[in-house]
Amino acid sequence: MLRRCLHVLAICVFALTVLGASSDDTRVDKIGHKLVCQCGCGQILMECNHVGCPVSPVMIDELKAQVAAGLAETVVLKFFITKYGPISLAAPMRGGFDNVAWIVPFAVLLLATVGVAFLIRYWRKRHAGLPAPSSVGTAALPLPSVQDRIRRETDYDNWSEK
Amino acid sequence: MPHPMPSFGSFSLILALALCVYSLAAGALALYAIAHGKPLAVPPERLRETARRAGIASFVAVTGAAVALVWASFTNDYSVAYILHHTNRDLNAAYKFSALWSGQEGSLLLWAWLLAAYGFVLRVRHKVDVTLSAYASTILAGVQIFFLLLLNFAAPPFSIAPGPVANDGFGLNPLLQYPEMVIHPPMLYLGYVGFTIPFAFALGALMMRYPGEKWIHITRRWTMVTWLFLTCGICLGMHWAYAVLGWGGYWGWDPVENASFLPWLTGTAFLHSVMMQEKRGMMKAWNVWLIFATFMLSILGTLLTRSGIVSSVHAFAQSSIGNWFTTFLVIVFVICLFTFFYQRDHLRSENKLESLVSRESSFLFNNLILLAACFTVLWGTLFPVLSEFYDGSKVTMGPPYFNRVMVPVGLLLILLTGAGPLLPWRSTSFRAIRRNFVLPCIAIVATAIVCMAAGVRPWQDDDASGGIYALVCFALSAGVITAIGAEFLRGAGVVRTQSGRNLFSSGILLVRRNTRRYGGYLIHFGVIVMFIGLAGSAFNQSKELEMSFGDTIQLGNWRIVCQSYSQDSNANFDTDFALLDVYHGNKKVTQLTPERRFYTASQTTSTMVAIHSTLARDIYIVFEGRNPDTDRPIIKVFLNPLVNWIWIGVFIVILGTGIALTPPLLPVARRVEVPTAAAEAAHA
Repeated sequence: MLRRCLHVLAICVFALTVLGASSDDTRVDKIGHKLVCQCGCGQILMECNHVGCPVSPVMIDELKAQVAAGLAETVVLKFFITKYGPISLAAPMRGGFDNVAWIVPFAVLLLATVGVAFLIRYWRKRHAGLPAPSSVGTAALPLPSVQDRIRRETDYDNWSEK
Repeated sequence: MPHPMPSFGSFSLILALALCVYSLAAGALALYAIAHGKPLAVPPERLRETARRAGIASFVAVTGAAVALVWASFTNDYSVAYILHHTNRDLNAAYKFSALWSGQEGSLLLWAWLLAAYGFVLRVRHKVDVTLSAYASTILAGVQIFFLLLLNFAAPPFSIAPGPVANDGFGLNPLLQYPEMVIHPPMLYLGYVGFTIPFAFALGALMMRYPGEKWIHITRRWTMVTWLFLTCGICLGMHWAYAVLGWGGYWGWDPVENASFLPWLTGTAFLHSVMMQEKRGMMKAWNVWLIFATFMLSILGTLLTRSGIVSSVHAFAQSSIGNWFTTFLVIVFVICLFTFFYQRDHLRSENKLESLVSRESSFLFNNLILLAACFTVLWGTLFPVLSEFYDGSKVTMGPPYFNRVMVPVGLLLILLTGAGPLLPWRSTSFRAIRRNFVLPCIAIVATAIVCMAAGVRPWQDDDASGGIYALVCFALSAGVITAIGAEFLRGAGVVRTQSGRNLFSSGILLVRRNTRRYGGYLIHFGVIVMFIGLAGSAFNQSKELEMSFGDTIQLGNWRIVCQSYSQDSNANFDTDFALLDVYHGNKKVTQLTPERRFYTASQTTSTMVAIHSTLARDIYIVFEGRNPDTDRPIIKVFLNPLVNWIWIGVFIVILGTGIALTPPLLPVARRVEVPTAAAEAAHA
């Protein structure tokens, strides 16, 4: 079973890497979805529905020319960055400080997950180390049963329907 | 008096401000005197009552101002600059009414009015808890003062247009002339503004060291209703974007959309984690900060989108009132921080987590994911500002960025939506986990296999990531739906055994007995249905063509044939529309008429999309206009799978929230006669 799963996984990885070779039209569409129309509409280049837009047909023609010349995606994107500025990219992809945009959300999620796991472990340890509550109410907080009763009796839902 | 209604409106706003200042000052003084036992010239309880009544009166005053603006709109009073810039004589009555929130000043007036309306309800229902309501009312008066200061000094809605009075107005933005725009902004504002109430209660409860959790019970309905309004507001906005903007999508990660999503995420986190405080007295400080953050994010979102800090397609709402919002936000944060540190010993947890695999820890991780999502959206929204500050170059954070970072977070959230409710409180055993998780796991694997067999094979696509995410989403969604269904059937089975009813009526009885729990499950189900709809976007297709009579666009099995073009005209706009027959295979399914309108008053054009919607897919057609060189009409057709599932999911969420808000059936109390000793003696 495990071997079969590994086979499927290997096929998927192979398909993702090898079957990526595509036609010019597909490449234009793919790269065009990574660019923003610079007419001020703020839309993805290939989705700009601004009829009579003076910018998007020019940008699309430039993109087609670059793709037809067989240039790599990064080179094509660099061409647009040089001509229109980094704002022409639909997402930051220039490296350097742009990487921070991608790393920070996942780093925060990872750190928070580890933090919460440690917090739970710490609470469990502290909980296990606490002495059993005595029968006389010397603790600062009331007993769980009393707390439950307090919570029940101050329950607004029940109170309002009585 | 040359302008009676604008003058009345301005006067009403000044009066409302004066009443709120009194409500805040008198309320604060009275509460301080009561808390510290200080004598005043007037008994503090009476002073507190006058503060409450001033707050109620402020609602009447703000209502007066709102009525004055609507009146000016309906009577075409173009002496008022706001009415001149946002209406015209031939505008439909509904849109003349919606002009109230179509611009900066009017939308702030709507905000102030809704705040006053919420305050009115809170102050009228003060007997729920007189002291706590007084604290909340006083805090609310403080928030009201901010908005009334804005309306009186920074963005007055009744300012008079310079020069002679114009004969007609400049018209309403055509994008706003759509039925949903009449309800979308009020709904969204009801959500934004509504979070002020739980915020005021939370801050008030912390200030007065309120004993127990009753304040949470009082605010639970407020929070849920507010959350529902925000959810509906966001989804109405999505539907408006889908039906009006004509780009084939419903969510573009625009800063304005993100601004509405931020408080929704923290509000959702609060609704979950507050259960831990109710059930086990845990996470008190966390909950207080969640509601503080939700309120502050509502304000921050408004600051971001109205100050011009980040660029947005909602440019009509930008202005220079950013400094006011920044100052207010800083003041609110300082007050919250000070109150928290001053009273933090009051927020000690009564219990601690006992197991990593328990309902409590699932809530904790659910909060973690929701807050991580909130941080990611905020980070993505603000990163262009940071980038410009760091290296002087402004970058765009568009859909490719947000989709890549948010989709994995969303999938984690689906996983927790299914797993959380299956875990018991405190701790669980491996056997219980196996029992609860077997069926959902089978459903996940089976769905993945069925999807692949049905043709969802993302590894065959050029861009595989979207398809893989969609496949994972479908599989996980099936798991969650199975988990919810199994949990419901298990409960209904127990009720059936107890009551002897059939399974259906046992199910209804089960829901009525625990409306909150099963309403919550239904909300989860609705959210999952929405996720399925969102995942459908991975398979969107589109084609664009200059179409003459008889021309055809083929998209999958669908064929669009151009029958004719026509034109129409009315007082408000001229319209150019296409008649297009839609075929599935060789069978004609429907005829669609996408339009392009030219609004005469504002001299702008707008599209009216034509949609043929089914459960499986939408045929979405946009008349993009005419090619300026050839004068031939340009038609763009989208084939968008599963979009309807999103709107169906919203209705399920509304239904679930309605059920969760309904009071549950209480156990029937039986009267048992217990004979006393005297009665027994008499009987003998």
